[in-house]
Amino acid sequence: MAQAASAIRYLRRNGRLLVGIILLLILFLFAFVGRLFVDGNDAYPLSAPANLAPTLEYPFGTDSQGRDLLAVGVMGTYLTTKIGVVAGSLGLGFGTILGFLAAYYGGVLDTVVRWVVDVLLTIPSLLVLVVIASTFQGGIDVNGMALVVALLAWMWPARVIRSQVLTMKQRAFVRVAQLSGSSNLEIIFKELMPNLLPFLGASLVGSVTGAIFASLGLEALGLGPMREPTLGMTIYWVMYYGAFVRGMWWWIMNPIVIIVILFVGLFLVSAGLDELANPRLRRRV
Amino acid sequence: MYFLRRLLMLFLVIWAAATLTFFLPRISPRNPIREKLIQMSTQGGYIEAGIEEMIAAYEEKFGLDKPLHEQYWSYLKDMARLDLGVSLANFPKTVMSQIADALPWSIGLLLTTTLISFVIGTILGALIAWPRSPRWLEYLVAPLMTVSAVPHYIFSLVLIYLLAFRAKLFPLSGGYTIGTVPSHELSFYLDVIKHSLLPALSLVIVGIGGRALSMRGMMVTIQGEDYMTLAEAKGLKGGRIFYRYGMRNAMLPQVTSLALSLGFLVSGSTLVEMVFGYPGIGTLLATSIRQFDYFVIYGIVFLVILGIGVATLLLDLTYPLMDPRITYEGK
Repeated sequence: MAQAASAIRYLRRNGRLLVGIILLLILFLFAFVGRLFVDGNDAYPLSAPANLAPTLEYPFGTDSQGRDLLAVGVMGTYLTTKIGVVAGSLGLGFGTILGFLAAYYGGVLDTVVRWVVDVLLTIPSLLVLVVIASTFQGGIDVNGMALVVALLAWMWPARVIRSQVLTMKQRAFVRVAQLSGSSNLEIIFKELMPNLLPFLGASLVGSVTGAIFASLGLEALGLGPMREPTLGMTIYWVMYYGAFVRGMWWWIMNPIVIIVILFVGLFLVSAGLDELANPRLRRRV
Repeated sequence: MYFLRRLLMLFLVIWAAATLTFFLPRISPRNPIREKLIQMSTQGGYIEAGIEEMIAAYEEKFGLDKPLHEQYWSYLKDMARLDLGVSLANFPKTVMSQIADALPWSIGLLLTTTLISFVIGTILGALIAWPRSPRWLEYLVAPLMTVSAVPHYIFSLVLIYLLAFRAKLFPLSGGYTIGTVPSHELSFYLDVIKHSLLPALSLVIVGIGGRALSMRGMMVTIQGEDYMTLAEAKGLKGGRIFYRYGMRNAMLPQVTSLALSLGFLVSGSTLVEMVFGYPGIGTLLATSIRQFDYFVIYGIVFLVILGIGVATLLLDLTYPLMDPRITYEGK
């Protein structure tokens, strides 16, 4: 109880975090409560009359392939978030392991990891993902999409975690643990990890954002799961069927509004968490 | 020493890009290029005449009867000579000629918009953080954040709908009016500019967002420095403190981030071009993805990575000019 009260008091001071959480909560309710009321099958072609402007029966209208756009919004939010969370977690997990190993053991391993990360970070990852995804010819599903995106989602975490561990390695508490005979694994899991948890939390939001960003880009280019109504695929179909020339604003605005809420929410949460994880930022304007 | 290290790194990047486009089609369970050829031969029709030559070109390109390491070696040699092969969808055309047609469009758009958004964003960000600026500038922070957080092309979609479809101020898509023949006449140039304004506007607005925010952060940090207090105490003019003491010192991270964001910039503008149907590299990429034209996809990816590598290196080498505290010698 007391903890909850102090959390609420903290949120009132950290406005960004509060607004970000509210925005994401709205989307969460839309996607998960929405699934209770909306038949997910309506998000697939030929489930409704085509090209309808919003009516009472179809409050969000329908698209040219006869999808109910309310169902598309609900399913799209769910699927895209799922891709982002899976790919972001995989990327962060792999990056954390690499960063830890590189910083803790140093030597050749560190040099190799640093070089690979440096090289990969200068390459526009979307283009590499295009090459990878194009070998699947659109025959990819939502899980496959998450895996493809995860392939290039680990470099930032690896670099950032590495530098965090490097500074922490020199601290007294790690020295004490070493002198008292703890093994390397014990030090990593019992001394270093707990101290990095808030930091890892903040990084997770960043990697999820990056993963959603990448998946949307691939899907808009036509390399996503062709059958699934993800947000990026909706944008692809909007352009494919020329919704602009036909003035179908309900179809165009649907993914745009959701994506804007999603990214602004994620950005605010990540900025807010940075402040939480890094108390030195707290007093900055 | 440093220069050599960076050069080696550039070399590694290019080698990695070439290796990726060599091995990926071979690791994949399907053979996309074979499938494409088979698909086209079963469709028959006008493409029939070219199919034998195409297979010949394809087999010769990869020398499929040779062992893998020899194929790899000849592929690397081709890439080094920028021989990117022939297009599958527009057969007799080479990949290089298709890219060469699209490249000036992209470079023109990207270069102008990056420069404009860099200058405006940097000055705007510095002004927002400056204590003596008008208060209303503070209200710009929230819209700037929104714009920088959302993917570029989402913003383009909104602009197309509002300014091109609703208000009919700009053409909906394309690089010039359909039906006109590209020429070096004034009317054609005006037409091109009219078509480029909306893509440029959306790239500039989005670009300003990120730059202004990071510049604002740097200026806030710098205001606590001792030399700023000293400059105030000496009674220097406000403008002089702002430009020579504040902005000059906050600039370097801006240039660094410009170098780091080049890749990101290209990815972003790829999708913006596609949304606007602007005839640059991004649209060419989107079209070749739709047509499963793998040589063009790989060629674009390889060339863009090469270009970004070189540009990053050049930007890196200008740091010592920007900030005398940095030197690459001695170490």
